[in-house]
Amino acid sequence: MACLIRGARLVDPQVGLDDVADVLVDGGRLARIGSGLEAPEACEVVEGAGRVLVPGLVDMHVHFRDPGFEYKETILTGSRAAAKGGFTDVATMPNTDPVCDTGTGVRYQIDRARAAGLVRVHPVGALTRGERGEQLAEIGDMVLEGAAAFSDDGHGVQNAGMMRTCMEYVSKFDRAVIAHCEVEALSGNGVVNEGRASTSLGMFGWPALAEELEVWRDIQLSRLTGCALHVAHISTARSLSYVREAKEEGLPVTCEVCPHHLFLTEDDIDDSYDTNLKMNPPLRTAADAAALREGIADGSIDCLVTDHAPHAAHEKDCEFEIAYFGIVGLETSLPLMLTNLVRTGAMGWDRLVECMAVAPRRVLRLDPVRLEEGAVADLTLVDPDRPVTVTRDWLESRSKNTPWLGAELTGCATDVFLAGERTLADGVVRGGSETSERGFPLV
Amino acid sequence: MLSVRNLIDTTSLTADDITQILDTARGFAEVNSRAVKKVPALRGRTIVNLFLEPSTRTRSSFELAEKRLSADSLNMGGSTSSVVKGESLADTIQTISAMNVDMFVVRARLAGSPQLVARSTDARVINAGDGKHQHPTQALLDLFTIRENFGRLDGLKVAIVGDLLHSRVLGSLAPALRTMGAEVVLVGPPTFQVADPTWFGCEQTDDIDSVLSEVDVMYMLRVQLERMEGAAIPSSREYNRLYGLNARRAALMRPDAIVCHPGPINRGMEIMPEVADSHRSRILDQVNAGVAVRMAAMYLLLGGEDHGMSD
Amino acid sequence: MAEPRLKAHIMDEAAVRRAMTRIAHEVVERNEGSGNVALVGIVRRGDPLARMLADEIEAIEGVRPPLGTLDTSFYRDDYSKRVVAVQQASEIPFAVDGRDIVLVDDVLYTGRTVRSALDAIMDYGRPATIQLAVLVDRGHRELPVRADYVGKNVPSSREEDVRVLVPPFDDGLAVEIWETPAEGRGE
Repeated sequence: MACLIRGARLVDPQVGLDDVADVLVDGGRLARIGSGLEAPEACEVVEGAGRVLVPGLVDMHVHFRDPGFEYKETILTGSRAAAKGGFTDVATMPNTDPVCDTGTGVRYQIDRARAAGLVRVHPVGALTRGERGEQLAEIGDMVLEGAAAFSDDGHGVQNAGMMRTCMEYVSKFDRAVIAHCEVEALSGNGVVNEGRASTSLGMFGWPALAEELEVWRDIQLSRLTGCALHVAHISTARSLSYVREAKEEGLPVTCEVCPHHLFLTEDDIDDSYDTNLKMNPPLRTAADAAALREGIADGSIDCLVTDHAPHAAHEKDCEFEIAYFGIVGLETSLPLMLTNLVRTGAMGWDRLVECMAVAPRRVLRLDPVRLEEGAVADLTLVDPDRPVTVTRDWLESRSKNTPWLGAELTGCATDVFLAGERTLADGVVRGGSETSERGFPLV
Repeated sequence: MLSVRNLIDTTSLTADDITQILDTARGFAEVNSRAVKKVPALRGRTIVNLFLEPSTRTRSSFELAEKRLSADSLNMGGSTSSVVKGESLADTIQTISAMNVDMFVVRARLAGSPQLVARSTDARVINAGDGKHQHPTQALLDLFTIRENFGRLDGLKVAIVGDLLHSRVLGSLAPALRTMGAEVVLVGPPTFQVADPTWFGCEQTDDIDSVLSEVDVMYMLRVQLERMEGAAIPSSREYNRLYGLNARRAALMRPDAIVCHPGPINRGMEIMPEVADSHRSRILDQVNAGVAVRMAAMYLLLGGEDHGMSD
Repeated sequence: MAEPRLKAHIMDEAAVRRAMTRIAHEVVERNEGSGNVALVGIVRRGDPLARMLADEIEAIEGVRPPLGTLDTSFYRDDYSKRVVAVQQASEIPFAVDGRDIVLVDDVLYTGRTVRSALDAIMDYGRPATIQLAVLVDRGHRELPVRADYVGKNVPSSREEDVRVLVPPFDDGLAVEIWETPAEGRGE
């Protein structure tokens, strides 16, 4: 069905656009952009006054847990969370059960996501079989089935020789290697940052160096192999400086950061031992968070991702040291960015669109989505003033593990168009099949 | 009345709390010296000793303290622990709490477990050691021993020596000493040092000989032999040579300085027998103080109007 | 709540000392000498009073009776309503078995402190007798307890507060009645 979005502010740095206009979505495309557009017959009208229309947002680092851990999240429930958060596309990490290390695993996710019909899922294939870091996975097979990038996320590839082999092999395919950087000999049993948190809480520390050393190593391997390197969820100031140097040198290196590493620090973990503050990599120092905020604002950090990591209640309602790592993030990502960076003026709308829509597509080798006539209608409409209270019910994800439960934020996505289909309508997820094409339940 | 509901760490205790506990412990120390070592104070109260990690000494001390207070106590742990059966700690606590108990004494392998217990029950909670985090009753009995010896804590200087990184004793002792106005210096090989000594407001050094003549108390931590597998120190022999408190080092201490150790001691490792058994040693006083201090903590936590379960 | 105010002076220092001297004579008389007598002051103010009594007995008999201090906190029946840290630990530096024990306290009121003191002293052994000496008996007993030696009977209302001042806890030696207007006060 056609839809007229009237009077929104359109922001797209790719075409130098920042202006108020009407947009007519028809046939899955941006049929017209202009002022005073008339709604054709049988056309939905969305009042966009006071809102901002941007290319559909992309979260290129999520865990949908499907197959294998459907009690935490499924491709359908994860898709709902993504739509709620304002996303049209996500890239899913391969640490499912079985690990996504063949074309079959890639195709399964794409098919399930199409059946759900709420977001496009771009599977990230494993670099090595079973993410064991020992033997190459069938990377070519996965490329042919639609894998968008490759990663052993959850682990770093510990053996430098194996990582070299992976990057050499991937370099043939015009895909990036997404590197979870963690020297496990250094992070050991660490569960919090080595420093104030490990000392005050009496738990093993996960030192910054464990990340930085592997970031540095993988940058060197990128130079050696020519393979595009995307550093996942960087958490320290020094990791960022290594990435900056690599970019200055002209290496094909990009990186990403998560909201929790921007807006939370190790000092937030107090003696209540809140397991929703247990992440991998861990929350770092206030100085690290400040450096990362600067990096995402100035463009040194390419992408904003959530590392959306659903875990069931019983996997978090336990002792900190045995709780699972990670938090859900799809729904809170945009509100946190708007509340903490855009509304405060630390980051402009152009940069927000760059890091949440443009750069992730580039890293994933997806076609760009631009706000211009004839383009695919992947759109996110944002109300920067709408108050949001993060509650369990407000979260669409099957899991509710977030430290922001109860938080009051300002600004969120109100509407999302996926190739012209309205998947989020005034904050409510719409459509999405609960059964597969052959009638199996997807929930 | 104490300012806290539970005794989970020493970081949240005020100087007044600590003084109340130590003063009350003197009263119980007197009880423990009598032929009839029992008072009716906690008659009718039920205390559950939940030991999720084996501990003979601490558990015996708590059990004795409970019996001497006339409380009814129940021991859980080992094969009955939730960890074994796959039940979560919160579920275990809720189940036991449903039987109307007044207090949990919790020893756990994982840091923060007593906080988790406290969130799952209305009963009072005493931390009997949680992972590498804290062991508050140990710190309080140490303070008791040191105060009985010097008559004060304010202005004393205490060296805490050994495996600082893995020590829950340090986690409780250093903050408690600082709260009471004592100065603390941490001593250990670099591989045993804490990441952030400023958290404790302490200096940290790898040179034991530099502190010997400056301190009133040499507090020798137990070195867990299993830590050597992690290659943090090359051998017990070398540790003893570099950090062990031997007669030569003891001779450099101030005339009235004392030696403490939380036990069990590794003779020949962190401390030599001639020092452990010398006039400086207060190691047995510490053990003796343990029962009185634990009685005081339970007595002060379970009394008063605000108490939940029994009234 | 209104501020308590002084209502009356009951005993001055001389009166307190005369009373203690008289009690000392009565103790010696009753026990046919002080040879088997031991004094136990109940903390806090019973302790210095027991010390005074020991001085008086020593003056009469030429021998100072053994002296102890008893803290009754761990034996109190109001523990679940009120808990206070121990200020002065018990110290009974003599064998209790077979002794004639004289408990010394400042004020006898409900009788509950004496009840807890009886339980406490029994845990030290089996005395031949336990006797009770108080400087002031103000009535309002809640338990069947009576004093063997009384410095002064002071009829009082429950709303009043009978205060015994005794060094080192107070300046000077005296007994006073204080009252709190209106709302009344708990003990």
